[in-house]
Amino acid sequence: MDWPILSTLTFLPLVGALFILVVRGEADVVARNARNIALWTTVITFFLSLLLWINFDVEEAGFQFEERVGWIAEGIDYHMGIDGMSLPFILLTTFLLPICILASWTSIQTRVREYMIAFLVMETLMIGVFGALDFVLFYLFFEGGLIPMFLLIGIWGSDNRVYATFKFFLYTLLGSVLMLLGILWLYFQFGTTDIPELMRAGIDPFWQRLLWLAFFAAFAVKIPMWPVHTWLPDAHVQAPTAGSVILAAVLLKIGGYGFLRISIPILPDATVTFTPLVYALSIIAIVYTSLVALMQEDMKKLIAYSSIAHMGFVTIGLFTFTPAGVEGAIMVMLSHGLVSAALFLCVGVVYDRMHTREIARYGGLVNRMPLYAFCFLVFTLANVGLPGTSGFVGEFLVLVGAFQVNTWVAFLATTSVILSAAYALWLYRRVVFGELTRADLMSILDLNRREVAILAPLVALIILFGVWPVPILELFHAPVENLIEQHEAALQGVRNTLSFAAAQ
Amino acid sequence: MIEFPDISPALAELLLAIAAMVLLLVGVVRGDKSTGAVLWLSVAALAVATWIVWSDADTSAITFSGLFVADRFASFAKILVLLGSALALVLSLEFLERERLERPEFPVLVVLATLGMMIMIAANDLLSLYVGLELQSLSLYVLAAFHRDSEKSTESGLKYFVLGALASGILLYGSTLVYGFTGSTSFTGIAGVLATHEERSMGVLFGLAFVSAGLAFKVAAVPFHMWTPDVYEGAPTPVTAFFSLAPKVAALALFMRVMLGPFGGIADDWVGIIGLLAAASMVLGALAAIGQTNIKRLMAYSSIGHVGYALMGLAAHSPLGVRGTLVYLAIYLAMNMGAWGVILSMRRSDGTLVENVDDLAGMARTRPFLAAAMAIFMFSLAGVPPLAGFFGKFYVFFAAVDAGLYLLAVIGVLATVVGSYYYLRVVKVMYFDEPAPGFVQPAGATSAVIAVTALFTLLFFLFPAPFVAEAHLASLALFP
Repeated sequence: MDWPILSTLTFLPLVGALFILVVRGEADVVARNARNIALWTTVITFFLSLLLWINFDVEEAGFQFEERVGWIAEGIDYHMGIDGMSLPFILLTTFLLPICILASWTSIQTRVREYMIAFLVMETLMIGVFGALDFVLFYLFFEGGLIPMFLLIGIWGSDNRVYATFKFFLYTLLGSVLMLLGILWLYFQFGTTDIPELMRAGIDPFWQRLLWLAFFAAFAVKIPMWPVHTWLPDAHVQAPTAGSVILAAVLLKIGGYGFLRISIPILPDATVTFTPLVYALSIIAIVYTSLVALMQEDMKKLIAYSSIAHMGFVTIGLFTFTPAGVEGAIMVMLSHGLVSAALFLCVGVVYDRMHTREIARYGGLVNRMPLYAFCFLVFTLANVGLPGTSGFVGEFLVLVGAFQVNTWVAFLATTSVILSAAYALWLYRRVVFGELTRADLMSILDLNRREVAILAPLVALIILFGVWPVPILELFHAPVENLIEQHEAALQGVRNTLSFAAAQ
Repeated sequence: MIEFPDISPALAELLLAIAAMVLLLVGVVRGDKSTGAVLWLSVAALAVATWIVWSDADTSAITFSGLFVADRFASFAKILVLLGSALALVLSLEFLERERLERPEFPVLVVLATLGMMIMIAANDLLSLYVGLELQSLSLYVLAAFHRDSEKSTESGLKYFVLGALASGILLYGSTLVYGFTGSTSFTGIAGVLATHEERSMGVLFGLAFVSAGLAFKVAAVPFHMWTPDVYEGAPTPVTAFFSLAPKVAALALFMRVMLGPFGGIADDWVGIIGLLAAASMVLGALAAIGQTNIKRLMAYSSIGHVGYALMGLAAHSPLGVRGTLVYLAIYLAMNMGAWGVILSMRRSDGTLVENVDDLAGMARTRPFLAAAMAIFMFSLAGVPPLAGFFGKFYVFFAAVDAGLYLLAVIGVLATVVGSYYYLRVVKVMYFDEPAPGFVQPAGATSAVIAVTALFTLLFFLFPAPFVAEAHLASLALFP
């Protein structure tokens, strides 16, 4: 490819946003055009990302489609590129965006133009995060996403949206500003913020620990880990449906991706030092948030807590440093991207009809909405991790990896399988089964064609990747092997110098 | 026979001096109705002065018996001051017309203040420093009280005058101490004396502390900031817009030249002072603004915070630090002037100018483009990437980390987070709240200023390198 396909992909949504900005006319004409432009832009972006996949070489462990242009200063370039660990996240983003636009088709009626612009800007920033190979560029995309999300929750959210959006913004900002100082320190030590070069830098173990904590603050808030997770339930509950989808499916993954792309390869020694901490926080998150999820009365809040528990799985898997664990963690992230998106969309479907998310207000939906009940069932089972769904593959691999490293961690993590079954199935039971008693539910309608179009691809993919995950797994097999080899080599290097120093 | 000095490095200053006098005569002869013409002629004079400075930017000369220096650093700062003054004048026209304040003295005073600032920037001697500073300050006192029928404006002018005179006195006292213990008022001379003496004289240190305090007052750094909120609130809004930028640029440029020039050799003694000023300003600017309901007071505290970030570059006492501060000020010029443009557009249909944050409620629906511009400025002032304000902070943090000022940098980033709260609150009021009565369409000139500054703030991330390279060359002038 001799044209910059990755940059084109990244900035294409922004072009769509510019078109929406210049639409003129009556309010309803503007709204209709804004929706159509946004849909077409995201669909074209999706097809372009498929082109990226077709041209991608799965055997290659290094970076592909690299682009580099001088930018801020010597050593801080506009450097983009992807490997098998970033490509699936880009595909996830581009796949979900048209679904988000469709899901907002009728539920968003006010300020449609601004809404669509915010979503397209968001898409650019998310693809940018996964494509950036320069740390400053990464930071720019990472932080830039706060602005559209702040507006999305604040303008189109529900009653308590202002509190939620401020909490979201300030939490995330506080987490990430220290990362900026870490980036600057790295620049002055090594004269570059190029991520591949920093991977080879070999940083002093003491400084590694400080940097690791600075980066950890950013990624742990983003993913989020216990105890800095409290912004997530608020943000999820208050955000509009499509906002929750983006938040759960993609934004949380940026935290995991940050560990994978930055903390582990650049700071190998500190990563090992802090692994027990990560395990402890992850296990607390898994057990505690699963129990909290059991007690929720709001559907979105329940799914939000379930997301935190799943992210606990991700962090355990990433820090096992075994091929199975890391690949499993990536798979959990991708699967959770599909499943949590689907669950939020399911909540959105009934919310659009009844305007409540309270679990007790529902019951017996299967009698009026069989199609909906079927889709919801598939997603619930995938969330539980039933074999045959995409949720199983990742969780199983993480447990395999964890078992090789520490059986206690594996044992405690496994409780999540039971607890998630408890809260997810109970939610399903309360909403879908039982008698249809409430009068206002008697006339509720089943999925319409637009909603089927939104949910059907998710059902198909979740089952497809549950049965045959190879096309996804093979994408990041080589880079994960490479990551672990590099990690071990780096540790050996330090051990050697340490023992050499001790011998003197 | 004394040789006539070389006036070519000071052409821009001479032009402004002559322009101010001629325009004052025009104003006297033609009366109040000439205000518009005088104002545009002043803008033209400032533009020509900018062009002169620009076209001769890479000079390096000392003239007027060593009192006056022209170098790349001075050129960079002068261009910022001239642009800031010109933008403030353009923004003020509509205000003057609507508030019945059309007096030709207004633009003339702005030009005179600008002249004072340019002399400050070009000062190479404690005497020329003081002369420039006083020309600037006296013009500013009058400007603050320009709305002479308004109690608030008069109070603001008086307050500014009393405290400003005190600060000038402190500065002067410090200068005499420095002169007494080094035997020279020239920056070059002081640097020479300090370089040859190993031992520090206590008198010089005292003088340095007094000079720093006086200058800290002029830039409104904590703990010398108390006048800022009252003066900002009381002064007519376009005057506040003017205050928030050009005088600060000039005073910071002077601050950098004084600290890094004559006292550059004893940097270890003053880095702590400047670091403390910077840290206190950033923290107080962030915390105190949270409770403000008046947007002019909010911007006053915001400016205190921003001075803290700019001083962080000085605390780094390196070319990177000066570069950081210069870049910071340039970016601050754009986003700050734009924000003031929006504040000056907060005019209800009955002609009254409102200035509470809550009055912006729902502006995203009544005036979407104005609200979008204000949101850009607010996110940028908060320092959220990819907007220009992020890069401003980026370059000063860059310098602070390079200089090993880790604690200062950590305080700085944490203050950013706290500070972002009140900028976000403005966005929240505009975008999330139910609309208040709308504002009238701002004048064409105001809209143009807002549009240009908003685009600059939004798109700066595309082309930071050449801009920063220019600031880098300017910073090297202070480190021969």
